[in-house]
Amino acid sequence: MSFFETIANIDRRVIFLFIGFAVIIPVLLSFSCTEEASPIVQAIFDKIESLPEGSKVLMSFDYGPSTVPEIQPMIDALLRHCCEKNLRIYMMALWGTGHNLISESMVDIIEHEFPHKVYGVDYVNLGYKAGNQGLINVILTDMKKMYTTDAVGTEIDAVPMMVDIRNLKSFDVILSLGGGFPGVKEWVLFGGDPGNVPVAGGATAVSAPLLYPYYPRQLLGLLGGIKGAAEYESALIKGYPKFKTHSHPGIDMMGPQTVAHIVIVIFIVIGNITFFVARRKEGDERGERGILK
Amino acid sequence: MRKDLVWLFVGVLFFGLLYILNWGVKVISTDLLVWVGAFLTLAILSFLYQDNPFYKFAEHLFVGVSAAYWMCMGFWNTLVPNLIAKIHPPIVKGVLPAIAEKPPEYWYIIPAILGIMLLMRLSPKAPWISRWALAFIVGTTTGLNLVRYLRSDFVGQIKSTLIPVIVLQDGSLTIGGSFSNIVVVLGVLCGLIYFFFSKEHKGMFGVASRVGIYILMITFGASFGYTVMARISLLVGRMRFLLGDWLQFVQ
Amino acid sequence: MRRQIPLVITFIVGSVLIISVFIPHKPFGRLGENFSVYFDIIAVFAFILGGGNLLRVHGNRIYRKHKDWPYSMVTVAGFLVMMIAGLFKIGGSPGITGDLTEPGSMFEELYMYVFTPLMATMFALLAFFVASASYRAFRAKNREATILLLAAFVILLGRTPFGVKLTSWLPGSLSFLEIPNLATWIMSVPNMAGQRAILIGIALGVIAMALRVILGVERTYLGADSD
Repeated sequence: MSFFETIANIDRRVIFLFIGFAVIIPVLLSFSCTEEASPIVQAIFDKIESLPEGSKVLMSFDYGPSTVPEIQPMIDALLRHCCEKNLRIYMMALWGTGHNLISESMVDIIEHEFPHKVYGVDYVNLGYKAGNQGLINVILTDMKKMYTTDAVGTEIDAVPMMVDIRNLKSFDVILSLGGGFPGVKEWVLFGGDPGNVPVAGGATAVSAPLLYPYYPRQLLGLLGGIKGAAEYESALIKGYPKFKTHSHPGIDMMGPQTVAHIVIVIFIVIGNITFFVARRKEGDERGERGILK
Repeated sequence: MRKDLVWLFVGVLFFGLLYILNWGVKVISTDLLVWVGAFLTLAILSFLYQDNPFYKFAEHLFVGVSAAYWMCMGFWNTLVPNLIAKIHPPIVKGVLPAIAEKPPEYWYIIPAILGIMLLMRLSPKAPWISRWALAFIVGTTTGLNLVRYLRSDFVGQIKSTLIPVIVLQDGSLTIGGSFSNIVVVLGVLCGLIYFFFSKEHKGMFGVASRVGIYILMITFGASFGYTVMARISLLVGRMRFLLGDWLQFVQ
Repeated sequence: MRRQIPLVITFIVGSVLIISVFIPHKPFGRLGENFSVYFDIIAVFAFILGGGNLLRVHGNRIYRKHKDWPYSMVTVAGFLVMMIAGLFKIGGSPGITGDLTEPGSMFEELYMYVFTPLMATMFALLAFFVASASYRAFRAKNREATILLLAAFVILLGRTPFGVKLTSWLPGSLSFLEIPNLATWIMSVPNMAGQRAILIGIALGVIAMALRVILGVERTYLGADSD
């Protein structure tokens, strides 16, 4: 067997090993890189930045553990930004798993880093409700039809920041952080467009390319995958240097991400070289046998 | 099967021993729950070598746990406050006292009946009853989707494509902007032509269809690149858990 | 009755929801909103149906001592433990009146240390298979495949800081050829055009299918007559 044939028929587990090391080594070495916000990310940052104090931000946690590494850094950065700007944060979830993630984010970011923020006045956890796009359709006209209590069982009208909320149109911006269906797309279709409310999205890298057609007319900005999260973290650090000392998992993860991308590109190149060598050899053999004559 | 169980037993025993040994030296995490998470993570990753009892165990556990997870979430967050508390508020006094004094809304008996009808799918004698509830679900979904897709994905997208192909900035032509807009307009048109199968793709129509294929290939290439990015991110996330939370090699 | 009534229900519900968009006043506006609320509630029954079905299938496997039945026991045990932890809100403060995901509750711990690692690793596995598939199947066999490959390359490199370094030597007048700029352009111009063409196609399909369902032409969702 020739060298190229050996390479072409390499055991898949060898490739797995390479990918594993491409991720493990940079994680161990804490290799990270700097980022610059692209226009599609900067648009969200600028929107949050332009909102006056006390503006109402609806944040929908539409993801689960499978996409936490991509979406959670976005959530952390956005929460920090909103808290810093003294915006009122309304957290809800179209995914059941989002309910747990709201609780975790509340503890890790708001309660830990902004202890002066008051629950029910500065932020509220509305929790999960079933129904996907059906839920968005209901809250488009009447928020309190489905949300009769907050996540901890307080009557909705007893939550101070819910008093002047009627429906989706009561919010200044909707931030949907989604990992699939229902997610950013459903917020644009069933919430943003019919309600004429600006929607900004954070999506997994898998679904981000599908959302580009909505930008900028129907979607004011988009954070696509870990790259989008890292860019937002960078924009936040640039605008508020004090956040440099806080955790920034998006930027940290770009190191291993870069190495793994390079390894995959190398694999594709090697795969193609073996393919062309094999094709050439096959052509030569056919020529010798007179098939091409 | 017996061999599988022996392997599983040995694996769990080995992990348990490691945990106990670690208690003496406290080199890595001593949190038992973190160890459970690490064991399950490694059990799933073991599939990379080949199918094995650890992977099967983790896979089956996942199915059971996730089904119960969604049930509980739906029960406490939607069924109790939005159905039970609406039909008979006093019944939720022990769990949701804040809304137990509200007046009942008997209209909510309708979704309750439809919901029970849906559960009849499990009945061996009359599963057809579930069709009524299913029809309601299908009717709602189609009714909602028809208008919203028409507005945002059809009219909305056409509207966003009707853009000037000659872009002027401060009175002078910008080549980059104009070129991009031409690509957008032609790309959408040619992409749609490629999907139009009622006419043979020949002549000018065939050329446009060909351009459409190229545009779609770039689209799929971009999607592939982003998919790789997504999958690697998830792996990095798991490795950060194993190397950080569990082994505590990194902060 | 088994097939006609469901068709009537679909027609009425679907039509009311469409009309409620054009006449958002009484009675259609109110009806449309109520139908959406009912839909949200019935969705939970679907979760219960899923759980019930899971128990039935795996219960059968255990009862009949089907091949791999001990694994079915793992499924059933996992289901029951999670369900009991969730339904009775075990361990959380302030107990049954508190939030289901209260820190320290058994449900939250199971979510954090069982559900999360299982789900997250299941998806992380795909990184390995994507890499393996890229190596074996991603070939520049013809012009179309080469375009796809080049676009993927630009995105893979352009979305990392390595891509920035790779072409940072280019003079300012050629900055549009820098890989990150090319990646941004590909995403927001040709990718967007292609996705838009697909989106318009899908929208037409959704609209046509919705009409077929509402008008009763499409009936496959009702299943076979024998059901």
